Amino acid sequence: MEPSIRAISLKKTYHVGSEDITAVDDVSLKVEQGEFISFIGPSGSGKTTLVNILGCLDNPSSGELWLTGRKVFDQGKTLSESELTRIRREIFGYVFQKFYLIPTLNVLENVVLPFTFYKKEGAEKKVDEVIDLLGLTKRKRHLPGQISGGEMQRVAIARALINNPRILIADEPTGNLDTKRSREIGMLLKELNQRHGLTVVLVTHNPGLAGIAGRVIELTDGKTPAAAVG
Amino acid sequence: MIRIYQVAYKNLLRKKTRSGLTIIGIALAAWVLVSLLGFNAGYESSLNRDIDSLGYQMLVTAKGCPYEAATLMLKGGTGLKYMKKEIADEISKEPEVDGITSMLMHAVFDPNKGESGGITAYLGVDPATFPGMKSSLEFQQGEWFTDPEAPEVVMGYEAAELEQREAGDKFIIPGQDAEFDVVGILKRTGTQDDGTIFMPLNTVQNLFGFKDELTGIGVKINKDADITQFEEKMYKLPDVQVVSLSQVKQTIMTLVSTAKVMVFSIAVIAILISIVGVINTILMSVMERMQEIGILKSMGATAWDVFKLIWFETLILCFSGGVAGTILALGTSKFAEILIRSILPYAPSGGLIKIDISLVIASIAVVTFIGLISGIFPSWKAGRVKPLEAIRSQVE
Repeated sequence: MEPSIRAISLKKTYHVGSEDITAVDDVSLKVEQGEFISFIGPSGSGKTTLVNILGCLDNPSSGELWLTGRKVFDQGKTLSESELTRIRREIFGYVFQKFYLIPTLNVLENVVLPFTFYKKEGAEKKVDEVIDLLGLTKRKRHLPGQISGGEMQRVAIARALINNPRILIADEPTGNLDTKRSREIGMLLKELNQRHGLTVVLVTHNPGLAGIAGRVIELTDGKTPAAAVG
Repeated sequence: MIRIYQVAYKNLLRKKTRSGLTIIGIALAAWVLVSLLGFNAGYESSLNRDIDSLGYQMLVTAKGCPYEAATLMLKGGTGLKYMKKEIADEISKEPEVDGITSMLMHAVFDPNKGESGGITAYLGVDPATFPGMKSSLEFQQGEWFTDPEAPEVVMGYEAAELEQREAGDKFIIPGQDAEFDVVGILKRTGTQDDGTIFMPLNTVQNLFGFKDELTGIGVKINKDADITQFEEKMYKLPDVQVVSLSQVKQTIMTLVSTAKVMVFSIAVIAILISIVGVINTILMSVMERMQEIGILKSMGATAWDVFKLIWFETLILCFSGGVAGTILALGTSKFAEILIRSILPYAPSGGLIKIDISLVIASIAVVTFIGLISGIFPSWKAGRVKPLEAIRSQVE
């Protein structure tokens, strides 16, 4: 079975003035299908930059990226925005620190918002299942302003799952939540991974949350330990 | 399922005041536009109707200001000039002439009219020729006078209402000792005839001391006659001027053209301001939602999807503004008409602002189209946002 993600010598360099800053430095890793990995590290360690490249939100400066057996990035060849969009639609669901729910749409409308732009075949039949899985059935008709922060993040996760992605990218998903809600979200991600076989890539600076993943990779100055290759 | 236009509509609800103010701006521009186009259509059609109801195609008056002559032809004015009645005999001999009718207008100040008095126009007409030419005039009561010297009057609808007279009543002209019989009341025509008091020509000439004098001669021309050639012939007559229908129309349209240009300029400025308002509103909204647009793109929205979403928002704003402005124009057309009448030197009777369904549809379409053009830049800007840049901007 092809791994979900295979990165070979990924590198990302930014030019700031006359200086080159390397945010991701020669990272190679492999994430198997149905695996749950978390990236941990201090601010500026490059974990978000790396996940943005893995999630096709950004192009690497060099290196190769394979997603579900298909080569996406090849030695610095950049993809156009529309090509990146096509890959994102097919493969990923994203959850960010901020929820970005549309305040005038109710919970159900926010969850199915991606259908406005793209809908995988049969995805609409799973709407109730996803809502139920995230424990939002009783909140379907509520507006975001009428629900708690934890529930808002659940709505954001449901929205990310609605098009049945193969990989869920969660970048600091508990950054805006208290400890109790953070734990709930962590357990939910674990359940999605274990019971539903979803590949989860988590970025956090919270070691407790990172610990729920099957594999924790610590980034330092844009580098991963050699053992992270997998 | 939620459709893109529903998302666009609900996005606009997030900033109700801002969206509302933008719609008001567009509505005001649409209001001016619809009123102006309605005025354009209404003024010309009322003017044509006034001219058609004259019954003759040409008016010969004493030489003087052409504007005065045009006003006299349609309204009856002050500062009248007079010509000898022999001119009428000369004109009637021309082969192109099918018929003529001589008229003498006289204005009298009536101290009892209104709060501080007013002018009443008395039009002396030839009972033998005038009724035939003005066959469009119908009677509500009574009929035309038959004797050219009779002490009788026929009142236009409004004049009769103002004087509170019916056929068979007596009528006294202010400052005159004689008593006149009201022999007929005309039906409402929607023209200046409604406010006129008609009397036999000789009666007016004798009563006001203008024996053998006329203020106008209406000329009906044979159908197959060359009007231009006939006009040329009339110009050769001494001390008279000829005002044809086309000239009257031309003269009046020239008079109102300045007002039209002014109003049109205001409409253009209003539209430009509303375009800037729309661009500003949508651009601000895009800037505020930059991160959110980034998230939409991470969900799978393409640049075109985002463009459409923002464009729909513009469409909703402009369409709502266009509809509101049109309703406003329909609701205030009477008020606008009063305003226009107070500004213009001459306004024909009947509706000055004519707003029909095709004008309503065209105006809403124009406003929406202009709005869509102005929405292109903000929509394009939103469409080219890269998700990563947007998501990063939330952290900064």
